[in-house]
Amino acid sequence: MTDTGNAAAFVRVRGLKQHFPITRGVIFSRKIGAVRAVDDISFDIPQGETLGLVGESGCGKSTTGRSVLRLYRPTAGSVTIGDLEISALSERQLRAERPKMQMIFQDSYSSLNPRHSVAKIVAEPLIIQGHNNAAQVRERVQQLLELVGLEPEHMKRYPHEFSGGQRQRIGIARALALNPQFVVCDEPISALDVSIQAQVVNLLVRLQRELGLTYLFIAHDLSMVRHISHRIAVMYLGKIMELARYDELFQNPMHPYTQSLMSAVPIPEPEVEKSRSRILLKGDVPSPANPPSGCVFSTRCPFATERCQREVPQPRQLRPGHTVACHNVDDPAVAEDIRLSGHKIVSSLQDAASSGPDRVFASALPGGAS
Amino acid sequence: MRIDALDKSGLRSPLQRFLKLILRDKAGLFGVILFGFIIVVAVLAPYVAPHDPVQQNLRISRQPPAWHEDGSWEHPLGTDNLGRDMLSRIIYGSRVSLTVGFLGVVIASSIGLLLGMVAGYVGGRTDNIIMGVANLFLAIPYLLLVVVVAAVLGRSLLNVILIFGFTNAPLFVRITRGEVLRIRKSGYVESAIGLGASQARILFDHILPNLIGPLLTVATFEMSGMIFYEAGLGFLGLSVPPGIPSWGNMLAAGRQYIQFSPWIAAFPGLAIVCTSLSMNLLGDWLRDLLDPKIRRSAS
Amino acid sequence: MNPILEVRDLHVHFDTVDGTVHAVNGVSLDLFAGETLGVVGESGSGKSVSMMSLLRLIPQPPGRIVSGSARFRPASGDLDLLSLGKREMAAIRGNRIGFIFQDPMSSLNPLLTIGDQIRESIEQHTSKRDAQARRRAIQLLDQVGIPDPEARYRNYPHQFSGGMRQRVMIAIAIACDPDIVIADEPTTALDVTVQAQIVDLMNRLSADLGIAVIWISHDLGVVAGIAHHLLVMYGGTVVEYGAVDQLYAHPRHPYTIGLLGALPKLHVNEDELVNISGTPPSLFSPPQQCPFEPRCPWAFETCLNSQPPLFDISPDTGSRHASACWYDLDRDKPRASGQPVAEWDKEDATL
Ligand SMILES: Nc1ncnc2c1ncn2[C@@H]1O[C@H](COP(=O)(O)OP(=O)(O)OP(=O)(O)O)[C@@H](O)[C@H]1O
Ligand SMILES: Nc1ncnc2c1ncn2[C@@H]1O[C@H](COP(=O)(O)OP(=O)(O)OP(=O)(O)O)[C@@H](O)[C@H]1O
Ligand SMILES: [Mg+2]
Ligand SMILES: [Mg+2]
Repeated sequence: MTDTGNAAAFVRVRGLKQHFPITRGVIFSRKIGAVRAVDDISFDIPQGETLGLVGESGCGKSTTGRSVLRLYRPTAGSVTIGDLEISALSERQLRAERPKMQMIFQDSYSSLNPRHSVAKIVAEPLIIQGHNNAAQVRERVQQLLELVGLEPEHMKRYPHEFSGGQRQRIGIARALALNPQFVVCDEPISALDVSIQAQVVNLLVRLQRELGLTYLFIAHDLSMVRHISHRIAVMYLGKIMELARYDELFQNPMHPYTQSLMSAVPIPEPEVEKSRSRILLKGDVPSPANPPSGCVFSTRCPFATERCQREVPQPRQLRPGHTVACHNVDDPAVAEDIRLSGHKIVSSLQDAASSGPDRVFASALPGGAS
Repeated sequence: MRIDALDKSGLRSPLQRFLKLILRDKAGLFGVILFGFIIVVAVLAPYVAPHDPVQQNLRISRQPPAWHEDGSWEHPLGTDNLGRDMLSRIIYGSRVSLTVGFLGVVIASSIGLLLGMVAGYVGGRTDNIIMGVANLFLAIPYLLLVVVVAAVLGRSLLNVILIFGFTNAPLFVRITRGEVLRIRKSGYVESAIGLGASQARILFDHILPNLIGPLLTVATFEMSGMIFYEAGLGFLGLSVPPGIPSWGNMLAAGRQYIQFSPWIAAFPGLAIVCTSLSMNLLGDWLRDLLDPKIRRSAS
Repeated sequence: MNPILEVRDLHVHFDTVDGTVHAVNGVSLDLFAGETLGVVGESGSGKSVSMMSLLRLIPQPPGRIVSGSARFRPASGDLDLLSLGKREMAAIRGNRIGFIFQDPMSSLNPLLTIGDQIRESIEQHTSKRDAQARRRAIQLLDQVGIPDPEARYRNYPHQFSGGMRQRVMIAIAIACDPDIVIADEPTTALDVTVQAQIVDLMNRLSADLGIAVIWISHDLGVVAGIAHHLLVMYGGTVVEYGAVDQLYAHPRHPYTIGLLGALPKLHVNEDELVNISGTPPSLFSPPQQCPFEPRCPWAFETCLNSQPPLFDISPDTGSRHASACWYDLDRDKPRASGQPVAEWDKEDATL
C-alpha cells in the first residue's frame, strides 16, 4: 500500500477515502448511494518537496486536497502532517492546528471576499489566530504583500480591482500569513493566462526554497506539474494510478492512463504535434457514483483484459520509487505492447525537446524592473 | 510607472462614473426621487397638509379638484363625501401605508434572516423542519388570516402589520437560505474555515454582509406589495378602523360616488399606484447598483 | 488564390460606464479556402470580439463596429459581411459560416432533443424536410463520432457529456456544408484526453470537407496541432502572423517569444519559467504606441512614440510571416527604414 516506505515523510496519507452520500427525500432523507470521490489512496510527501497531483476533471483531486486538510471529514484513512495525526483531532484542536496547513484556491475570484479590502483579507488569518496588536498586524501584512510582489498601496483596494494573477498573489499572501509548513495548491494557475501563470509558478517555487514549504500541487496540466513537482501522482476516478519521481514518470510512463494523458498534452511544436504517437481514449470518464468494477480505467483502457474488469489492481512498486496500479504492466501477454506504446510516446516527445523557438525572451528588463 | 499612466488616461473619474451610473437608468432615478418625495411628505405630514384630515365640513362635501370649474384652491384635490380635504387625507394616508410597508418588511425580513441563516448554515434536519414550516405558512391564504384576526381581535394597524410580517417571512427565509448555501460553498468561506475561523466569525464577517444586497432588493419589492395589499384590505374594510385616513379606506369610501365624484376614489388610487411604482423602480435600481456585473457593463 | 475571407482594419469599441473599451484596434487577416487559421492571445486581447463581430454576434450596444471591412467570397459571390442587412446576415450565419462556442451547454436548448436541434438548423437553411432532414442529422451525428446515432438522436443535451455536446455543436456547425467554421475556444472547457479527440475530429472534418476554420484558443500547444497559419493578438491588435512551422521555429515578435518561453517543456528541466512581467494594456484609450512596449525587453524609443504596422518578414521559402515590431529580431537592431509592410496593412505604413 505504501508508495515508497519513506521514513522521512512529512505528510503521510494512508488509505484515504472520501465518499459523499447521495440522498433522496426531504425531511426523512435516506442514503441511496455514494459518490466515491476519493477511494483508498496513500502517498507520502517529504519535507520541502512538492507532490504533483494530476488527473482529469472530476477525478477527485480537489477532494483529496480538502480531505487531507480536513476541510472535509474523511470517510476512512489517516493523514499525518509532521507528527500530528490530523484525522484524529477534535474540531477544537484542529482549529488551533490550522495555521500549519493552508490551501491556495483555484478560483481566486470566489476565494476572496468581495466586500473586504486587501488589507483585511491578508490580515484575517492573523486576527483569527488572535494577533491583536494593530501595528504588528499591519506590518506583517505589508511584509506579506512584499513577499508576493504587491505594493503596500494595494492594501486599500478591493479584490475586483486586481487582475487574475494579482488576485492569486493575494490568495498566496493570505495562505502564508501564519507561516504554514504544508500548503495545498488547488490548481492555482488554471484560471490564469499563460504569461501570468509563469509569474505565479515562479513565485511558488521561490517561496518553497526560501521558506522550506511542502506542497501538494494539484493541476490538470502535466507539463506545469512536471515543472514544479518532485514527484507526481496520476489520479483517475478517485484512485492513484501511478506515482513516481517527475523525471522517472516522463521517461518511463508505465500505466496506460498516464501514457494517454502524456500523449494528449498539447505541445507547442507543429512538427511534433502533427507526427506524434497518441493514445486516443474512447468515450468519457465514468461517473464516480457508479464506477466500473475491477480497475476503474478498464472501460477506456486500450490494453484492458478480462481480469481488469474483475479485480481491483493494487499499487505495486515496480521500479525504485515508482508505483503503478495496473495488472498488465508485467503480464506477459500485453506488457510488451504497453511498454512499446510508452516508449513511442516518450520518444516523440523527446523530439520536441530538441527543437524549439530560435529566440528566447530576456526576462530581466534592462531597467532592472521586476 | 508608465503602465499606470497608460491605465488612467481615457478612464472616467470615480465621480464621473458615479454620475453616469445614476443617470444611466432614468426610470430608476425617477423612482428614487419619487420615493424620496413620498417619504418626506409622510414624515412632515402635519406641516405640509393644508387642513386637518379628519375635519368634516358637510357644506362643501364632494367639492371637485381646483382645476374643475366648481373647485377652489382652498382644497386643491377637492373634498370627499364628508367635506374633508382630499389632499390632506392623502398626505396622512401615506403614513399608514408606509408604516405598514416598512414595519411589515422589517418583521418579515428579521424573521426570514434569522431562520434562513439557521436553516442554511446548520442544515440537515433543522433545515428540513424550518423549510417545512415555511412552506406550510406559504400555503395559508393571508386573506383568510386577516378576516379571522379582524373578527377575533378587531381591526387595527398592528394586526395588519403583524400579519403581513408573518405571512411574508417565508419568502425571506427561502431567499436567505439560498444565499447562505451559496455563500457557504464559496471559496472565501472555505478559506476562512481553513484558517481556523470560528462559526461566529464566518456568520457575521462573511455571510451576513453578503446577504444585505440581495435582501435589500427583495425588501423594496415586498414593501411595495404590502402597500398594495394594505390598500386592498382597507377597501374590503379589513384594515385600520374607518376613522383613520388611509388610502384603502378612502378608496372604499369613494366607491359609492365613483360615477359623479370620481376624484374621491381616483386620487387615493393614484397615490397607491405611484408609491408602488416608485418602490418597484427603486428595487430594480438597487439591484443593478449592487450587482457588479450589471454595474460595470452596458451604458 | 484569393482568400475566402479578407478582413481589413477592423475596429470594435464597447461603450461602458467606465469609458470606451477599444477592444479591437485594426485587425486585418486573410483566410484561405480549406485552411485552418489559429488565433491566440491572452484573455481580453480581442480574439472573440473580433471574430464574433464578423458575424455580428457581439451585443450591440454596448458593442459598436467602428470601421473596417470583411469580404467574404463563397462560390456564389463576393460580399462585405459588415455591411449586410440583418436578413442577409441571418442567411449566412449558420449556413455559409458555422460557429462553435466554448460552452456547448449554453448554446444547446435543454428542452429539445439533440436530433431536433440539428434538424432545425438543417431545415432553416436547406430545402431538406422531415425524413430527409432527419436522415441528414443522423448522418452528421455519425460523422462527428457519436456512437449509435439513431438512438442518440432522441436524447436531450443533459444526457450527453461535455465532449459529446461539443461534437453535437460541431455537427450543427457543419450541417449546411459551410465555407467557414469559427470555433471560439471549443476545447477549453474539456479535459486533455477529450480535447485530443475533438482536435482529431476537427482535423479530419476540415480536411475531408474542405472547410476553412478559424480556431480561437489561448493555448499555443493546441493550435500547433491544428492550424496552418497563426494569428497572435495582443491588446486588440495583431502582433504576429505566419505559417505555423515558420512562426513556432522563428517567432519574431517579443510577445510570441515570451508566450512560447512561458510554457514549461515536457522533457527539459528549467530553473525558472520565462516571466513576462507587467499586465496587459488598458483598452480605455486608443493605442498610440506599441501595446506591448511596457513589458518588452527589446523596447526602445520608437516603440513609445508610434504603433508599429505589421511588417512583412516572409522568408524566401514563400511561406507568409509578418510581425508588428519596431525591433528587427533577425538583425538584432531597430528596424531599418523602408521595410516592406504586409500588404493588408498598407495604409498604416509609416516607415
Ligand atoms: N461536496 C460534494 N458533495 C458531493 N459530491 C462531491 C462533492 N465534492 C465533489 N464531489 C464529487 O466528487 C468528484 C470529485 O470532485 P473533485 O472536485 O475532487 O474533482 P477534481 O479532480 O478536483 O476536478 P476538477 O479538475 O474539475 O477540479 C466529482 O464527481 C464531484 O462531483
Ligand atoms: N459586452 C462587453 N462589454 C464591454 N466590454 C466588452 C464586452 N465584451 C468584450 N468586452 C471587452 O473587449 C475586450 C476583448 O474581449 P474578448 O472577449 O474578445 O477577449 P478574448 O481575447 O476572447 O478573451 P478570452 O480569452 O478571455 O475569451 C476585453 O477587454 C473585454 O473586456
Ligand atoms: Mg478541482
Ligand atoms: Mg474569448
